[in-house]
Amino acid sequence: MNGIDLVGPQFSVLATAGIVLLVDGLMPGHRRHLPFIALLGLAVSALWTLSWVSRDSFPQKDVFGGTLSLDEYAVFFYFLFAGIGATVVLASIDWVNREGRGQGEYYALLLTTCAGLMFLSAARDLITIFLALELSSIPQYILAGWGKDKRSSEAGLKYLLLGAIASAMLLYGMALLYGVTGTTMLSEISASLQANGEQYRALLVLAMVLLIAGFGFKMAVVPFQMWVPDVYQGAPTPVAAFLSVGSKAAAFAVVTRIFFEGLGADFLSDDWSMIFAIIAAVSMTLGNLMAVVQTDIKRMLGYSSVAQAGTFLIGLAAISVPGERFDLGGSGILLFTASYAFTNLGAFVAIIAISQKIGSDQIRDYAGMWKRSPLLTVGLAFLPGVPHRHPTNSGFWAKIYIFNAGVRADLLWLVVIGVLNSVVSGFYYLSVARQMFLGEAEDEKTISTSPSIAVALGAATLGVLVFGLIPMPLISAAESAVDALRTVS
Amino acid sequence: MEQNAKWLALAATVAMLALSVQMFFAFDLNASGYQMVVDKKWVTIDQFELRYALGVDGLSMPLVLLTTCLSVASVLVSFSITKRPRAYFACLMLLVSSVVGVFVSLDFLLFFLFWELELFPMFLLIAVWGSGRKEYSATKFVLYTIAGSAFMLVGILTLAFAGDTFDIRLLSEEGRIADPLIPLGWVFFFLFIGFAVKLPIVPLHTWLPDAHGDAPTAVSVMLAGVLLKMGGYGLIRMCVTMLPDQAAEWDVWFAAIGAFSVLYGAFITLRQTDVKRLIAYSSVSHMGLVLLGIGALGDTGLTGAAYQMLAHGLITGLMFVMVGLMYERTHTREIARLGGLARQMPLITTGLVFAGFGSLGLPAMAGFIAEVTVFLGAFERFEWAVLASILGVVLSAGYVLWTLQRVVFGPVKHDWDGVTDAHHWWEHTVVVGLVALVILLGVYPAIMMDMLEPAIDSIMVRVES
Repeated sequence: MNGIDLVGPQFSVLATAGIVLLVDGLMPGHRRHLPFIALLGLAVSALWTLSWVSRDSFPQKDVFGGTLSLDEYAVFFYFLFAGIGATVVLASIDWVNREGRGQGEYYALLLTTCAGLMFLSAARDLITIFLALELSSIPQYILAGWGKDKRSSEAGLKYLLLGAIASAMLLYGMALLYGVTGTTMLSEISASLQANGEQYRALLVLAMVLLIAGFGFKMAVVPFQMWVPDVYQGAPTPVAAFLSVGSKAAAFAVVTRIFFEGLGADFLSDDWSMIFAIIAAVSMTLGNLMAVVQTDIKRMLGYSSVAQAGTFLIGLAAISVPGERFDLGGSGILLFTASYAFTNLGAFVAIIAISQKIGSDQIRDYAGMWKRSPLLTVGLAFLPGVPHRHPTNSGFWAKIYIFNAGVRADLLWLVVIGVLNSVVSGFYYLSVARQMFLGEAEDEKTISTSPSIAVALGAATLGVLVFGLIPMPLISAAESAVDALRTVS
Repeated sequence: MEQNAKWLALAATVAMLALSVQMFFAFDLNASGYQMVVDKKWVTIDQFELRYALGVDGLSMPLVLLTTCLSVASVLVSFSITKRPRAYFACLMLLVSSVVGVFVSLDFLLFFLFWELELFPMFLLIAVWGSGRKEYSATKFVLYTIAGSAFMLVGILTLAFAGDTFDIRLLSEEGRIADPLIPLGWVFFFLFIGFAVKLPIVPLHTWLPDAHGDAPTAVSVMLAGVLLKMGGYGLIRMCVTMLPDQAAEWDVWFAAIGAFSVLYGAFITLRQTDVKRLIAYSSVSHMGLVLLGIGALGDTGLTGAAYQMLAHGLITGLMFVMVGLMYERTHTREIARLGGLARQMPLITTGLVFAGFGSLGLPAMAGFIAEVTVFLGAFERFEWAVLASILGVVLSAGYVLWTLQRVVFGPVKHDWDGVTDAHHWWEHTVVVGLVALVILLGVYPAIMMDMLEPAIDSIMVRVES
């Protein structure tokens, strides 16, 4: 593979971003085609990735001087981000058209973020990781403040300020790591730590805490979750959907890589495993309890995403012991990332469609939604709510997988907390469902769904159901991705 | 177009019935273990190989037949539904398939899939097509079951981790479950709670009268007829077979809770003023006998419990059908307002009297065989519980006869002049079919006993070892 081929998927997405801007500027008459150009770019990216997989030269684990690793792990996320990007583009069409301004910029920023996330999932070098993180974050700050109202501006500013602090902490952690090991490459960091890292243990723990804090912001786990409800509520809903799945998935992808590959040394892994376990327990519990009392559906989903991030972390806590358990925890995270993307995107798409028509995100305004739009109601009630309880939903398998990993890694207490939290989460989803099915609607007007929303919702629902009933393809993809990660080091 | 839904639903359920009857004839009474097994690889998660495994044995085959019979009946009694018939029949079909799925699953997680799948259509059927406080009742039903099945899921996962499999066949083998994460007594308790909510036992029964009171007729038929049996089936198939040691420790509690449910249900039934709530409480009472039979932990007791499930399914199903037909015509279920209907509705009255006699355990009806078998099985070990339950049965004779007296006999009320009797062919079919089955199971119990006994024997081999 030559240079351009190696960044082909990102390149095609970024080039599309440029094309979108050009079309927007030079051919204003074709503005309504912009989202389709964006979709095309994402499709090319996915196809490019697909063409890698079928080649003999795949995987390549040391490209560009070892800064990127193009393995099954990266490919898993490439596909995921292309899918997430496409769904968000579809879900944005109505909103962007109505907003009317800066259509080209909106899609270009969205595509840039996608490219950044792809780089992030393949990066094996601290500098590259940081660059990719900023490439994906800066457009997100802008997008969060894209709306015209004060709420959205507040969300954008809040996200920017807190994001800047998080980046600072991250950089400081990386600097410490570099100071101790003298390298920014994950594989070399690992070798250096194994050789003579133990004497710097205190410094390394500090670096680790800073890294967790920096990424904790992106993963949206307690205690770095304070931006989540405000930004989800204030940002345009399609952007909130993107933040809740895209940047979270990328953060988990990179954290898994850094901690396993770079900081997997025995004398450290117990420490971070414990830190992750504690954060997991607190995030799940606090996220769920806060979600119960929310009256705004976007805030509720925000807190619920905090709780779900806690569940991901069970998988991270369980990978500390190399070998079999790593596979389990790691592939559990990947599995959960994918199914979480389906369910949350679906839920957000339904919310987008509903709130556009009723102009409110209050749960009580969803009363009687069943009579107004059965399709959206079913999407919203069953995508996020059923997952954790029912095997027809891919989320169920991911949870079983992660719990299994936890049990095998002797984290029974954490799994018990996880199971109890699944029960709690059932209640607030049920209360939304109850409101929608049984509440009395003030307005009986039916809510029509535009084709793009219907396609987005249909794709998400199909993903959930297909991978719920036939989860094996997804499970094997996640397993082979994690296998690749292990053989890298 | 809308009206075609019911014909499609009827065709589907009749096809199911025909297939299950064919299974019944193909069933080999001498073979042990599961028959007609479908076994496909489904999901592999590390050490677990989950299978899409279905099959029947002597315990589940009769329950499958019961489900298919009552499915046809509930489609037929829904023929007059006019509100959103397509959605209604779609929900009903989903309900039927998930219940059959529960009975034939040989994988614990697949079982759980079907178990939970049933909630969704049930919730909608009660909440949308019900009457009275339908939303409250539907939510209560779902909350109770979800709470119970949360316990159950913990139990299932613990068992699976201890036995390294979700396969019901393997988990039922001796010595398979070793080294559990939490004490097996707790696992047993968790599973028991999950099933007991469905059965239901006193004091976890309060959702049942509400759900029955507000559900449409067909849903009451399915709820009383087969959904409650999922609880009894689970107790026998999972609790007793997989954890016989714990079951042996708990048997006194089973008998006590069973007898208490019988008595408590019967007493509360006497005080009911709404016909459907009355039948609901009588169900609590009758399902108590199932628990008593299971608690006896013997061939006879378990067979009696299984037979009681069949008998109660048919008899109570019939009773809800009759009350439903009556309600369609009089639009009231209040006992005080009804009366003297025997004149206006001779056929419905006959059906109701049959159902009532079945319910009070008249010989030559299915209920009699079941009750006697349970009592015989339990008497040796829990004399006190049997004596208490017999008192409950005596009370049941009291409330059944008293209710019949108040509802269909007595002086003719002129409020009801001009109401029609059952006159549609579908109404006739249901009544005649169910009455025939109740009598068939009463005079020729061997038709089911021959099937139940080998299955129960193989469970007993496990319990006694």
